[in-house]
Amino acid sequence: MDTKTLFLGDEAVAQGAMDAGISGVYAYPGTPSTEIMEYVQAAPEAGARGVHRQWSANEKTAMEEALGMSYAGKRALVCMKHVGLNVAADAFINSAITGVNGGLVVVAADDPSMHSSQNEQDSRFYGKFAAVPVCEPCSQQEAYDMVRAAFDFSEKIRLPVLLRITTRLAHSRADVVPAPARAENPLNPSSDPRQWVLLPAHARRNWAALLARMPEITALGDAFPWNRFIPGTNRQMGILAAGIAFNYLNECFPGGTCPFPILKLGQYPLSSARLATLQAACDSLLILEDGAPFIEEQLVGLFPNPVMPIRGRLDGTLPRTGELTPENVAAALGRARPEGPAVPPLVTPRPPALCRGCPHSDTYAFLKEVMSDFPAGRVFSDIGCYTLGALPPYEAIHSCVDMGASITMAKGASDAGVRPAIAVIGDSTFAHSGITGLLDAVAESSPVKLLILDNEITGMTGGQESLAFGRLESIAAGIGVDPAHIRVVTPLAKHHAENVRILREEIAWPGVSVIIARRACIQMRRKG
Amino acid sequence: MKYDMIIAGVGGQGILSIASLLGRAALNLNLHLKQSEVHGMAQRGGAVLAHLRIADQPIHSDLVPRGAAAMILSMEPLEALRYLPWLDTATGWVVTNAEPLHNIEPYPNLDAIAAEIRRLPQAFLFNADKMARDLGAPRAVNMAMLGAASTFIPLPSAALESAIVSQFSRKGETVVASNLAVFRAGRQATAALHPG
Ligand SMILES: Cc1ncc(C[n+]2csc(CCOP(=O)(O)OP(=O)(O)O)c2C)c(N)n1
Ligand code: SF4
Repeated sequence: MDTKTLFLGDEAVAQGAMDAGISGVYAYPGTPSTEIMEYVQAAPEAGARGVHRQWSANEKTAMEEALGMSYAGKRALVCMKHVGLNVAADAFINSAITGVNGGLVVVAADDPSMHSSQNEQDSRFYGKFAAVPVCEPCSQQEAYDMVRAAFDFSEKIRLPVLLRITTRLAHSRADVVPAPARAENPLNPSSDPRQWVLLPAHARRNWAALLARMPEITALGDAFPWNRFIPGTNRQMGILAAGIAFNYLNECFPGGTCPFPILKLGQYPLSSARLATLQAACDSLLILEDGAPFIEEQLVGLFPNPVMPIRGRLDGTLPRTGELTPENVAAALGRARPEGPAVPPLVTPRPPALCRGCPHSDTYAFLKEVMSDFPAGRVFSDIGCYTLGALPPYEAIHSCVDMGASITMAKGASDAGVRPAIAVIGDSTFAHSGITGLLDAVAESSPVKLLILDNEITGMTGGQESLAFGRLESIAAGIGVDPAHIRVVTPLAKHHAENVRILREEIAWPGVSVIIARRACIQMRRKG
Repeated sequence: MKYDMIIAGVGGQGILSIASLLGRAALNLNLHLKQSEVHGMAQRGGAVLAHLRIADQPIHSDLVPRGAAAMILSMEPLEALRYLPWLDTATGWVVTNAEPLHNIEPYPNLDAIAAEIRRLPQAFLFNADKMARDLGAPRAVNMAMLGAASTFIPLPSAALESAIVSQFSRKGETVVASNLAVFRAGRQATAALHPG
C-alpha cells in the first residue's frame, strides 16, 4: 500500500503498527482509542498474518499480555483511553524497570474537554513518571510514521514507548501516505531472568541503569524529525508548540508566515539543548500544548522570577482547562477573528439519551419503583450507556466514578450502614473490574444488591464483544454468591411487576444478591 | 481552493456518511482533506457535528475555526442554529432540513426556529424527509441534504455522484439508483440559488 488513503488518527496508528510488523494488538475499548483495535480487527491482512486482535478484559490485562508478547521477542501494540492507563499503571510503570525484548508501544488517547470521559488527565505525566519516552503526533501522517519509529526506538533502547494522542487527532480523518510493510519478528523469548524478575536487587540495578541512560535516550528522541526549530524574524516572543497545537498555530499564520521563532515538539523527555536554541532566539515564551500545562510547569518551575516571561495555561493566556481550539490559540496570539452569528436563545441543549427501546430503561423503571420505598437507600452506578440513567426522565442513580466502583462503593456505603446499597454495572464493566469487588462483598457477606445490566455487549463504545458474555451466572456462583440469590430477569415492560417483586425479595435478604437484567442492546440487534 | 464546512445533526442521522462521501470525492480529486467527527457518548441521540475541510494545499487544524465555515449543512433545523458561530457571515450558506427530530422536551417552537433560519443572509430550508419519501427512498434523507448543499460546494457533481455509486454499490443497483435520484432532486432544489 503506498497510495494516499483517508485515515482517522486512530486508523493511522493501527495501519502504522501493522506495517511496522506487530504480532499483536491488546486493548480494552474506550473513547477515543477504540477504533485502533477495530481497524486491525477489520483488516484482512491482519487476519492473513494471524495478528492477535481480541479484546482483553481490561487495560491492565492488555498491557501485561502485550508485555508477554514483547518478552517472547515479538512486537506488540497496547491501546487504551487515558483513564485506562490508570488501570494499566502498575504494569506500565514496572515495564520500564524490566524493559522490553520485542518492540512495545503503548497508545494512550487523551480526552481534553472530556467529550466522553470522567476527567481530562494528561498521559504525558505517566511517561515522565515511568521514565519512558513519549511521542505526540501533530497529524495523521505523523501518527502513522511515528508508530513505526516508536517500535524501532523501543527495540533500540529496549524500553516501552508511550504514544500520546488526543481526541481531535484520534477522531479526525486526513490523507496519509503509508510506507511499505515489514515482516514481524521471529519468536525469540528472553533468557535473562535478571531483566524480568523484579526482585529488589534486580529492580534497583535496572532502575539505576535506566536513569543513567536518560540523557542518551533524550538525545536520541530529540533527533526525530517531529522536533524542529523554525527560525523567526521577531524575537519578542518564541513559541513552543507540542503535538496538535502546531496545527492551530499554523492556522493563524497561513503559508508559514509566522514571524516568531517556533519550536515544534513531538517527543519527550524535553531536550534542554533544544530548548536552549529557542531560548536564545527570543525574549519571551508562549507555550501551546493540548491538555495539562505539562511543559509549562517544567519550564516555569516554582521560582517567582523565571529567566524569561512565560505565557500559557498557567498565567491565563490560555484557559487552564479544556482542549486547545483554533479560537483559543488565535486569541493567545492576538489574532482572534470575528465569529459568525450568536446562537439564538431558543436553542436548548440536546444531551445524549438511552436509545428508544433500550433494555436499561426498563431496568431503571423497576429499580426506581422499588427504590421509591427506600428514601435512605442509594444506587451506586458505573460507567456505560446506563450512566445516562442519571439524567431525566430516569434520575435513578446516585454515583458514577470509575470502572468497577459501583460494587465497591456500594459495599463501603453498606459497611457504613446505608440500606439498601444497590450497585448497577454493565456486563462489560463487570468483566473489566467488577469481579474482584464482588469477591470483597462475598467475603464479608455484605448486603449489597448487584444489578448486572447484561445487554450482551459493550454498548457505550459502539458494540464490542463483552468478555462476560454467557459467563455471568457462572462467574457469580464461582466466586461464592449463593446460587439462590443469583436471579435473572428480563427487562421488558410486560415483566415489570415480576421484576419489582424479585428485586424486593432480594433487598429483604441480608446477603449478597446478584440480579442479572438480561436483554440485548437494540443497536446490536440492528447490526444483526 | 479552500472550503470549510460544518455538518450537523443528531446522533444516528447519518452525518458521518455525508462527511465520508464528501471525503471520498475530495480524495478522488486528489485534494487535501481533514474531517473531524464526534464519536462516543454524544452519538446516543445527542447533538453531533462533523468538521470538514477541503483544500488544494495542506490543511493545518482538524477543526474549522469559528467564523470560517462556508457552509453549515444540518440534518435538523434546531441543530442548524447551534453552530452559527462557525459560519462565515459574509459568504456562508446554511442548508438545512426543516423536519424536526423530537427527542428533547420541550422542543422549541418550530416557527420561531424557521424564522431564525430565514433571518440569515443565505439560508435554504426545505423538507428533506419529504423529498426522500416522495422519491420512494425514505432512508436517503442525507442524500437530499447533500444534493441541496452540493450546489454551493466547489466539487464537481460528477465526483460526488461517483462517490455515491462506490459507497452504495455493495447494496445493489436499486439502492444506488434511488440514492442518486434523491441526491439529484436535492441539487435541483437549490440550483436556482447558485450565485453563478
Ligand atoms: C478505565 C476505563 N476504560 C474504558 C472506559 C470506556 N468505557 C466506558 S463505559 C465502557 C463499557 C460499557 O459497557 P457495559 O458495561 O457493558 O455497558 P453498556 O454501555 O453496554 O450499557 C467503556 C469501555 C472507561 N471509562 N474507563
Ligand atoms: S446502545 Fe444499546 S445499551 Fe446503549 S443506549 Fe442504545 S440500546 Fe441502550
